[in-house]
Amino acid sequence: MSAKPRIRLPGSVTIGDVIEIKTLIAHPMESGVRRNTDGTLVSRLLLHTFEAKFEGREVFRAALHTGTAANPFISFCMKVPGPGEFEFTWVEDGGARTIERVALKVS
Amino acid sequence: MTDRRTLIMGLSAMAAWTGCAGPATAQRGPRDIQAVVRTLVGDATPVAGGISLDLPEIAENGNTIPYTVRVESPMSDADYVKAVHLLAPANPHPQIVSFFFTPQSGKASVSSRMRLAQSQEVVAFAEMSNGAVYTAKQSVKVTVGGCGG
Amino acid sequence: MKNVRQKACAAAFVFASAFGGTGQAQQGGGDPIERELDTYRSMMKSDPWSNPGMLDVDRGEALWKTPAGPSNVSLDQCDLGLGPGKVDGAFATLPRYFVDADRVMDVEARILWCMEKLQGFDRVKLLTRPHPSAGMPVKVLGAIATYVAYRSNGRSFSATFSHPKEREALALGETLFFRRTGPMDFACSTCHADSGKRIRLQPLPFFSKPDEARKNLGEWPAYRVSTAHVMTMQHRIYDCFWQMRLPEVELGSDVSIALISYLVKQAEGGQINIPGMKR
Repeated sequence: MSAKPRIRLPGSVTIGDVIEIKTLIAHPMESGVRRNTDGTLVSRLLLHTFEAKFEGREVFRAALHTGTAANPFISFCMKVPGPGEFEFTWVEDGGARTIERVALKVS
Repeated sequence: MTDRRTLIMGLSAMAAWTGCAGPATAQRGPRDIQAVVRTLVGDATPVAGGISLDLPEIAENGNTIPYTVRVESPMSDADYVKAVHLLAPANPHPQIVSFFFTPQSGKASVSSRMRLAQSQEVVAFAEMSNGAVYTAKQSVKVTVGGCGG
Repeated sequence: MKNVRQKACAAAFVFASAFGGTGQAQQGGGDPIERELDTYRSMMKSDPWSNPGMLDVDRGEALWKTPAGPSNVSLDQCDLGLGPGKVDGAFATLPRYFVDADRVMDVEARILWCMEKLQGFDRVKLLTRPHPSAGMPVKVLGAIATYVAYRSNGRSFSATFSHPKEREALALGETLFFRRTGPMDFACSTCHADSGKRIRLQPLPFFSKPDEARKNLGEWPAYRVSTAHVMTMQHRIYDCFWQMRLPEVELGSDVSIALISYLVKQAEGGQINIPGMKR
């Protein structure tokens, strides 16, 4: 059973606030240059893209490379345009996607 | 520079796991990243400044190094930060990450974690919506464990 | 005698420091390198939410609540010492004697017991390679232990060691902590010898001093940056034994529980704050 990504949104927000969104996902971010103890190369396997959409529109995106640490933590900002739903997508080498949807409550 | 590679067998296998490279990689000088930079920001001449790169001066382990990168900008439709690129010239692959913002971002500020193979100068480039490119750099000393050392 | 021990420790462990490590056990604390490293450490610890170990806390919670094993039940009837299914605060009272098992158990030995007796898992399989290798996440038992420990956050270590078997475990643990053995003639106390010692850049808590035990023990299980996974206390002890070139410690063995008992007693009153963040 692998862990669900963690997402942290602030509790109560108002339209116009610039909020911080935190995300954390378990992933080895295998760089492809590491070797096993028997000398063979461990194949590259990265999460290469992180996308944050709000109400269907891209707000923020990250292209992750081998220089990004395992278990990627990404914290970024958004100016709140109104209530709505976030869709966070992590894309792995090979195309596998992890998608999380979280509602943003606006007072 | 002290020779880092006097590792006792067994202990080195234990301690040498990193996300970055295998055991006992040679210390490399920073590679020429100009070609990579050109593919990222085109032919614009980067101007020093404008980017705040918050990194510890020494990392206890090169595997995971926390940072915050910030570019001051109104983040309006007319004037915003399009992208921030981070590079580690002395890593086996120099690219760390690229962040892409929109005016909806509100602030061009991101926190994350990088991995560094060895002590080096991390380089940042920020692309603005008006075509300007800024650059900044920050030295990080990486001690044990960066990439097998 | 102390100098001989220091040199033995130095000879066996490498100080591949970038700052001219001489091979001596470094005195930490006041030196400028320690202070600069504190910036790194405090940046890593500044946001507990973002500790990757929290992913294993979440995973452990799901594993506790999800039916599993041949018996297809969850662990919600597992008695960690405060009654079946009562998780809050249980870790803080361990190790303790359990009547049904007729032995003293730490959190991992107890979860192993519940996985075996309630869920029907094969004990031998659970004890085979129970700890993750570098880069792999903590395994099922360890993830559950991390969750259980997390549910005692903010509480203090309060195991009473009042039962005769608990006292016996404690006495054994103290003896083992100081007993030199194996090909290197090491005891735990060889490296955990004094305040301010470190191996490479890893500070070594001086567990014989309750103050240091209190500050350190509550951080385990901890996310270890160097291996990118959570390490539990059973794994920590297993790894120490490996480093001392001693035989493999079995998860939940009397030896491991005895040592954990000693550490917990030393850390009595110390706060639990899981998961820790370590090099």
